[in-house]
Amino acid sequence: MSEHKIDARRLLCPLPVIRAQDKIKTLNDGDLLTVTCTDPGVRSDIPAWSRIHGHEIIETLTEGREIIITIRVHKSQKEAPK
Amino acid sequence: MIKQRKAVSLISGGLDSMLATKVILDQGVHVEGINFFTGFCVEGHTHAIRAKDKKKEKRNNALWVAEELGIKLHIIDVIEEYKDVVLNPKHGYGQHLNPCLDCKIFMVNKAAAWAWMEENDFDFIITGEVIGQRPMSQRKATMPIIARESGADDRLLRPLSARNLPLTLPEREGWVDRDKLFGFSGRNRTPQIELAESLGIKEYSQPAGGCCFLTDKSYASKLGDLWQSRGERAYELDDIMLLKVGRHLRPAPHYKLIISREDGENHYLSGYQHEYTIIRPVSHGGPVTLIDGTPNDADLLLAARIAARYSQGKDTDSVVMSISLPDKGSSDVTVTPLTPNDVPKSWYV
Repeated sequence: MSEHKIDARRLLCPLPVIRAQDKIKTLNDGDLLTVTCTDPGVRSDIPAWSRIHGHEIIETLTEGREIIITIRVHKSQKEAPK
Repeated sequence: MIKQRKAVSLISGGLDSMLATKVILDQGVHVEGINFFTGFCVEGHTHAIRAKDKKKEKRNNALWVAEELGIKLHIIDVIEEYKDVVLNPKHGYGQHLNPCLDCKIFMVNKAAAWAWMEENDFDFIITGEVIGQRPMSQRKATMPIIARESGADDRLLRPLSARNLPLTLPEREGWVDRDKLFGFSGRNRTPQIELAESLGIKEYSQPAGGCCFLTDKSYASKLGDLWQSRGERAYELDDIMLLKVGRHLRPAPHYKLIISREDGENHYLSGYQHEYTIIRPVSHGGPVTLIDGTPNDADLLLAARIAARYSQGKDTDSVVMSISLPDKGSSDVTVTPLTPNDVPKSWYV
């Protein structure tokens, strides 16, 4: 298990979702990804995308105008990074 | 053992693509959704900017549709590749700067590339297109053009209009039952609404004015102004985002003001303070103004007077305005706000 971070501040949805999606493609089952955002739309969109793809939201923090979401990656063997 | 057939569906977040996907899912086909972010999608960047929208539930309708249908959705960033569609549309523009036919060809082509080259195990593509629904891209004559020029050919299935169109591969091969597809045509939405009811779909998005800013008259006018002022048809993501924000006034060809209309836009424009000149009122409340272009000192003074006209000091003789140049610090100037009569209508973009 490894921990990763991406900075999606100032990006408007769906770009933070796309950045998280593309990063998760490269990660392994059990890895943690923390995404720092400023678009309030991520409160809905990142959890929705995560549910659809079977990933798990571990924590959502708000610090000033920043929203920090941590996702635990769940992948089948077929979905392992290519 | 019968092979599980797989389709990729272009999901916009609207009703038609939702219905098309549901109809194919109900035939036992494995469907995954795909959604392309061009930078002009109404869906995306309307979320964050305006405070007045904060009371509305914030959700991406394509993601919501996918979750309702129980399918995966892959969102693809096509901002860079899409520029060629906007700047050089082979089939021309619609009423404004909307290259709808080229856009559909591009998206089906990208979906095909994703389905057959990247993921490699999908059999066909679904769209929610309906013959006669859109004046430019969804006509009987354009349906074969999209199939041919996208390279999807007979692997492109439009479940809502299939019975008005030639047989496709998934129908010929029996992967889907043509008798369970539809023959919708025209702009009447009643058939879709009735189908939604029969499928138990009670909630869906029907965005007024479509899902693309390029179909919007005011937006297209601002984009045209941007190209004219720069002397070239080109754009970056920040350019097209900023066209959505604030009042745009161009006192001279070489610079324009983007004046915030409310608090949400104040915050959004302030985020550009390291790249653009920003003007704010100091002595009174009022909007953040971003300056795009190459203004000289006299231009900035005029810009400060224009911006002051929108501040709470607009009826006073003097308003102190702060002018912040990117990475060069800020300085205060005291100006007399322009009156409404001092601002020619021709300045408004």
